[in-house]
Amino acid sequence: MKPLLTVSGLKTHFFTDEGVVRSVDGVSFIVSEGETIGIVGESGSGKSVTALSIMNLLPYKKGKIVEGDIMFQDQSLVGLKPKEMRAIRGNDIAMIFQEPMTSLNPGYTIGDQISEAIRLHKKVRRKEARKRSVDLLTEVGIPNAERMVDEYPHKLSGGMRQRVMIAMALACDPKLLIADEPTTALDVTIQAQILELIQKLKNDSNTSILMITHDLAVVSEVCDRVIVMYAGRVVEEASVKEIFESPSHPYTKGLIDSIPSIDVEVEWLKTIKGNVPIPSQMPTGCKFSPRCQYAMERCTKEEPELTRFESGQKSRCFLAKEVKDETTIIRSQELEVALSD
Amino acid sequence: MKSYIARRLLQLIPVLLGMSIVVFAIIHAIPGDPATVILGDQATPETVADLKAEMGLDQPITTQYASYVKDIVTGDLGTSLKTKKPIKEEIIPYLMATVELMIISMVIAIIIGVNAGILAAWRRASWFDYSAMLIALIGVSIPVFWLGLMEQWIFAEKFGWLPSTGRMNAREPIEAITGLLLLDTTIQGNWTGFVDAFKHLILPGIALGTIPMAIIARITRSSMLEVLNADYVRTARAKGLSELKILYKHSLKNAFAPVLTIIGMLVGLLLGGAVLTETIFGWPGIGRYIYDAIGSRDYPVIQSGILLVSTIFVFVNLFVDLLYARLDPRIKYR
Repeated sequence: MKPLLTVSGLKTHFFTDEGVVRSVDGVSFIVSEGETIGIVGESGSGKSVTALSIMNLLPYKKGKIVEGDIMFQDQSLVGLKPKEMRAIRGNDIAMIFQEPMTSLNPGYTIGDQISEAIRLHKKVRRKEARKRSVDLLTEVGIPNAERMVDEYPHKLSGGMRQRVMIAMALACDPKLLIADEPTTALDVTIQAQILELIQKLKNDSNTSILMITHDLAVVSEVCDRVIVMYAGRVVEEASVKEIFESPSHPYTKGLIDSIPSIDVEVEWLKTIKGNVPIPSQMPTGCKFSPRCQYAMERCTKEEPELTRFESGQKSRCFLAKEVKDETTIIRSQELEVALSD
Repeated sequence: MKSYIARRLLQLIPVLLGMSIVVFAIIHAIPGDPATVILGDQATPETVADLKAEMGLDQPITTQYASYVKDIVTGDLGTSLKTKKPIKEEIIPYLMATVELMIISMVIAIIIGVNAGILAAWRRASWFDYSAMLIALIGVSIPVFWLGLMEQWIFAEKFGWLPSTGRMNAREPIEAITGLLLLDTTIQGNWTGFVDAFKHLILPGIALGTIPMAIIARITRSSMLEVLNADYVRTARAKGLSELKILYKHSLKNAFAPVLTIIGMLVGLLLGGAVLTETIFGWPGIGRYIYDAIGSRDYPVIQSGILLVSTIFVFVNLFVDLLYARLDPRIKYR
């Protein structure tokens, strides 16, 4: 598969009054054509900032890409002139956001807002843009699209608004769609519908999707490959199957263990003890070591490299192999138990 | 919508009634009376009493008020005690002079104020932001009379670029149709008259517009700051829109409601509160008309003048309220 987006050694820092916050600190990954990649991590892991860096939408003056490169097709997006970047935004790379309730402008009809995106990048007449808007709304499952196109956002529910956002993102047939927690703010049933819509989109078109989420269920639902981020770094990268069956980083293992199971009755849900470190108190060595159950002395001094397994799975842990072996055994035991039930 | 307007107009009745009582009470509480002012302090008490009777001022105050209200209701603004002319006719040129000055001032204030506010919010904490807000702070605190005098001194006295007083060149008077000279000269095709009237408007227009400009700039900035952080602004950027479109199309529309409220109130302020500017620039406006009437205790003029200004004020604000619905489709008037 041809790579569509190549992020290499990306460092995005925020310059605040309290000092420099290294939100993204050396992140590399590749999104191939037609592939759906999930970026998973807790709040503050740098996943949204990675997305904003790709879109070049970092807050003015505060956030800045200080190192690394983002290649989209054959073009570097870092240091692009604002005008050149605008031609890509919404056209080749589109984005949907977490907050559907507030992401649409209350002052304009949804038809206006979709048409605007179309007319900005494609030379079409107002009438055609409107017709395309209606088609897009129908495509994303908005009933009565012909009528809804002239409605203002406040008449729509959250789920409907997220559909409108998706329609808007799809307006110019983007090659890459970045979805930043698209289902987090929605009801569970609506979440399923939106995921289904993204799944359908994935099947119908060759659009690559970068799905940013903290929800592993979402990942298992739509993604091909997963990148796990912690404290601004990639700690594990693997196929969805491997992530769930044989995670090789203690953090990933912790994330998976903390998914409640309906088969096993427990008094307490498993959690990863501690919190994501605050930027001013970054631990030395492995950033996860203070919370890690496997931590050794070495971990507090040295930061492990991202090492690669034969299968392509990558892990930033000295004990990657041991963790992987252990989780593989546990999973297979669990599987046996589940089968014998 | 229609019923909303009708209701708002009905609300006007108690407002104006209340106002007329207050104004009536205050002006009758001021010592002195028109008869004494007209006749001078050498007049005998008898002549003063005769004149008072002629003016109807010997009646009990409630009777005076009742007859005043009766006149107003029938559309009669009364007669000036001083000039003996009907106020309805006399007041129009003054009102129009003020309206023209107010429009120019507000146009200056809105164009500069809104744009400065937008830019300051867009490039928050930049040198532009700091200097614009410093100028705005100076703008609100500067005394209008001082600014007016300085303008006259610099632009009229020192350089002689602009006329310092009046509405037009006395040697080439402009024939009034509406009383708005820029409009009148345009209708008549009187180009030199237009330029002349415009030149006369600049200095008082700036003097009167400075405070509103500063207020509008500050309100626009704070309102824009909020909107620029909104998620839909991020959406607009993600679409690939230019900053110009993001600011003026996607942000300003949502940030404009508080600015509009202030504009409505400032219009009222400028209509009635232009006395200082009008005095300094010899502008024959309604502020001065009422001010002079207070000096001569010309009760009907004071009352009708204030009533007229407040009625306009209420109408302007009704208009502003109706405009909200155009800005924000979520607002519906029932």
